[in-house]
Amino acid sequence: MKVGVLAVQGAFDEMEAYWRAQGAETFEIRQRGDLDRGLDLLALPGGESTVQGKLLKDLGLFAPLKERIDGGLPVFATCAGLILLAAKIDDSGSRTDTRPERWFGVLPVTVRRNAYGRQLGSFRTVGTFDGKPNVPMTFIRAPAITEVAPQVEVLSTFDGAPTAVRWQHIIAFTWHPELN
Amino acid sequence: MSEEKNGRQELNRNLAQMLKGGVIMDVTTPEQAKIAEAAGACAVMALERIPADIRAAGGVSRMSDPAMIKGIQAAVSIPVMAKCRIGHIAEARILEAIEIDYIDESEVLSPADDTRHIDKTKFSVPFVCGARDLGEALRRIGEGATMIRTKGEPGTGDVVQAVRHMRKMQNEIRRIASLREDELYEAAKELAAPLDLVKFVHENGRLPVVNFAAGGVATPADAALMMELGAEGVFVGSGIFKSGDPAKRAAAIVQAVTNWQDSKLLAQLSENLGPAMVGINADEIETIMEERGK
Repeated sequence: MKVGVLAVQGAFDEMEAYWRAQGAETFEIRQRGDLDRGLDLLALPGGESTVQGKLLKDLGLFAPLKERIDGGLPVFATCAGLILLAAKIDDSGSRTDTRPERWFGVLPVTVRRNAYGRQLGSFRTVGTFDGKPNVPMTFIRAPAITEVAPQVEVLSTFDGAPTAVRWQHIIAFTWHPELN
Repeated sequence: MSEEKNGRQELNRNLAQMLKGGVIMDVTTPEQAKIAEAAGACAVMALERIPADIRAAGGVSRMSDPAMIKGIQAAVSIPVMAKCRIGHIAEARILEAIEIDYIDESEVLSPADDTRHIDKTKFSVPFVCGARDLGEALRRIGEGATMIRTKGEPGTGDVVQAVRHMRKMQNEIRRIASLREDELYEAAKELAAPLDLVKFVHENGRLPVVNFAAGGVATPADAALMMELGAEGVFVGSGIFKSGDPAKRAAAIVQAVTNWQDSKLLAQLSENLGPAMVGINADEIETIMEERGK
């Protein structure tokens, strides 16, 4: 399997290592031409969603990636990647007055950015993921999923709220499976 | 170290991992912070005066007013960093109390302690520290820093010291990786660095934390140069808001860090940016900030 890892900013090295450990071949997507290599799965790593979203547009990656995602390309997204996919960004209750921006907008969930506060609110826990117990889960300035459409499958939760979801060809996490 | 503190250190290293491939920009007002965020900064450093102005003003330079930092925290959603003086435990506690995302224990400010750095393992918030070579980097990590940057010579717009520091660090990392295991004890002694961290470098061929470039970066080409030399991201201090068109220059530097290997794109990004900061050659200055804190 060939995994294209979005490598415009963030923890893309860790995401590549995660997929290589599972036997996949990986390559980095930094500009439009990289997509010519063909990919079976798109991995969207953690990082800063505002930076990644801006670079996607500045580097001409947004439209071709959106076309592929809308066309059913499997996507594996963590943290910032989840924010890029979410249909709705809810920044109500946010400390900042920055306007929420919507990027790919395909995954029918609502996401709140920096939902656990600043870095002091980052934490690690252990939970059940997709029926598998004792999975370490690392949340770094993590977003929260506040609403999911009925057809979305919840794969893990924290304090009752969904932290990983599956919908059609997309799996997305608020935590970082690639860090553990 | 207790397990809880150990866990914090790991989470704090993880946050630095999320900043990789990004540009951290010095800002002095909420307006500048918004410009930086819109241009693609992965974090901002909130400070009252950028290094070039600290240099120009002279006198003792201290932690910024917490009210000013809070104004910037309220303006952007990206992480906000702030500087405390080397060894100034109380300034660091104040920054922790306002929930700063990263503290830079920085040689840009006047040192509060001329021999000791802060014991950063005693804090829950993360620290980034400057280093000029591998020994200095590992001493800071031993004290609990969860991110390292080159010192460079801040506020000059002259990249020569950042290049020197990054080259030296990478050269020493390669040397440590090539040693026999029984040579590491002597190497740790020479570097004046903790043995367990020297062993980590030997086994992994890299620092145990993320390593950024800082000090004198003023152009997209400077940023690309630092990435070429092994930086995992770049701090830009005076270089942006001391230039003719900060928003355009900031956005160009962000793209240059992502695509530092694409020289055609770098050429485009370098076009029509307006005047860069005038700068001052590192060998013409009187206050040598990189000498502060070893």
